Amino acid sequence: MMSGTRPKFGRILYLGFCTLVFVFLVAPIIVIVPLSFNAEPYFTFTEGMLRLDPDAWSLRWYREIIFSEAWVKSFVNSIVIGVSATVLATFFGTLAALGLASSAIPARRAIMGMIISPMVTPVIIAAAGMFFFYSELGLGQTHLSIILAHTVLGVPFVVVTVTATLAAYDSTLNHAAASLGAGPWTTFRRIQFPLIAPGVISGSLFAFAASFDEVVVILFMGGIEQRTIPRQMWAGIREQISPAILAIATFLIVFAVLLLLTVNWLRQRGEARA
Amino acid sequence: MAGSLTSLRDPRYRARLRALALVAPLVIFIGVTFIAPLGTMLTRSVYDPVVADVLPNTLRLLDSWDGVGLPSEAVYAAASEEISQAEAERSLGLVASRINRVRGGLRGAITHTSRELRNVQQGSRRESMIAIDSVWSDPATWHAIQVTGERFTSRHYLNALDLQRLPDGSVVSQPDERRIYVHLFWRTLMISALITLLCLVLGYPIAHLIARSPPQRANLLLILVLVPFWTSLLVRTTSWIVLLQTQGVLNDLLVAIGLIGDDGRLSMIYNMTGTIVAMTHVLLPFMVLPLYSVMRGISETHMNAAASLGATPLQAFLRVYWPQSLPGVGAGALLVFILAIGYYITPALVGGSDGQLISNMIAYHMQTSLNWGLAAALGGVLLAGVLVLYVVYERLIGIERIGLR
Repeated sequence: MMSGTRPKFGRILYLGFCTLVFVFLVAPIIVIVPLSFNAEPYFTFTEGMLRLDPDAWSLRWYREIIFSEAWVKSFVNSIVIGVSATVLATFFGTLAALGLASSAIPARRAIMGMIISPMVTPVIIAAAGMFFFYSELGLGQTHLSIILAHTVLGVPFVVVTVTATLAAYDSTLNHAAASLGAGPWTTFRRIQFPLIAPGVISGSLFAFAASFDEVVVILFMGGIEQRTIPRQMWAGIREQISPAILAIATFLIVFAVLLLLTVNWLRQRGEARA
Repeated sequence: MAGSLTSLRDPRYRARLRALALVAPLVIFIGVTFIAPLGTMLTRSVYDPVVADVLPNTLRLLDSWDGVGLPSEAVYAAASEEISQAEAERSLGLVASRINRVRGGLRGAITHTSRELRNVQQGSRRESMIAIDSVWSDPATWHAIQVTGERFTSRHYLNALDLQRLPDGSVVSQPDERRIYVHLFWRTLMISALITLLCLVLGYPIAHLIARSPPQRANLLLILVLVPFWTSLLVRTTSWIVLLQTQGVLNDLLVAIGLIGDDGRLSMIYNMTGTIVAMTHVLLPFMVLPLYSVMRGISETHMNAAASLGATPLQAFLRVYWPQSLPGVGAGALLVFILAIGYYITPALVGGSDGQLISNMIAYHMQTSLNWGLAAALGGVLLAGVLVLYVVYERLIGIERIGLR
């Protein structure tokens, strides 16, 4: 008799709690989207918005951003820095993951530990160290130093993702290709790379997202010329809080969801093949 | 010679060489762009040549000072000459601010003295310096100069641990009002532990739910976990400002449904609450993902077996499921804790004054007080802590399993 009612109650409690946690995860992000269409310079829903009065909704914050030289410039900077860092991180990271996948590699754990360390080191420490380092080299406040910094912060994502993909890769394919007369390079180009490509693309998207969202290094090492979107947002949150921030945030949310769906699709594709 | 040739033909040796050649570019790259900067920072925490370079003769002559009475006339002569020269070369400010950190008030005295010294033509330098400012008759002033004159110094680390070295060489606690860092380290650890616990309490049930769901639904629920993971950190922090501030969405809602009065709005942000809520939100996915990947491998038949043997659901959970999920708990908790103790952005934006962590203090000394030696020492202590946790993570869980999807 007890067993008929109590598990049911427990199950409702459990599902209810899980629902609340999902709401906690997602609701704060969703709330921002409608607020970015606020006609008033407020950070909360006006009565007009709640009545769905069309006059209470507007695109003024989106216009403000599109016509703002500072925001457009920060967008360009973010793309230039992000793409450069991603290309470098993907190149170095994929090579290293291929080497680490070989059973012949010595000191594998130590090398892996070093490569992943930028991911767990507090960014503030890395940024402080890089600030000293690049200033002494005369490279303070340059795009180059920030691209190098973002590369090293993004590269662990590439290595982890590509390593995971390589673990599922069937290395007998390499032997098969070799027995059919293909050299190592041909085997890599024609067989291995196409099969691990989803992992490489996922890794590079991770690296790009890491750069696109990075603000601590920029705060310490970037000048006016290196202002990126996160740096511009940081100033917006700290100094003049304006709903224009919410419009940018909405853009970034859409961007994040697109990235996430792409990576998710690539992963499923990879799993289907494996 | 012959040996190396045979080993080059050895396929195992060649495979090893090829693997190393693939890894080498990245290892070198990280060595130059990451390890070397960390080394530069750690060097700064123990090496500071500025005062030693600017006041070499003064420091050399001070070596023979008894430490109690007034230094000799020669010390004053060297000091006045080197102070004037430093002023001319515009390096006096750097020296004065360093000495000032050891003994407050000396910055002003030193710059003031350098200006007045221009008018002093002859006579005893000792008398004229003491006449300009009485600090020059205080042995503590000379002691401060000696302390900052050490090229290799432990004072930044002592300072970072709320300690100081007395003139007689003994190490003692700082006076109460200057004891801030140990407390801040402690608070950082406590807040991080609390956030880790919150992430576990919130993350465990949903990881379980996802692991038990059919593939289609599991994928959808995972996407809900991953949306915050991929969303810009600044966006999420902004969200919490919008939600929690006094005129924000949550307070408006509470007022609208009459739970609180308009004058009783809760302050949930720009304080420690804000830091804890926002950081829990930011770090929750790092808990859920490793938990999920472990739970996915736990077979449901074990729980059914426990139930058929007469265990209550609670017993079955505690004795069968929980022990099997512990690797995930360990991986998630360690990762969240490591990330939390180094957090900077979220506390800086929503932490107010009592929600700041040790990283914020490092940023303060980097950007505002410009006490880079101390910032580097605080960073060194934090880095050592993270390194220990990282090694534990490597031993217990293995780095490759670091949660990412």
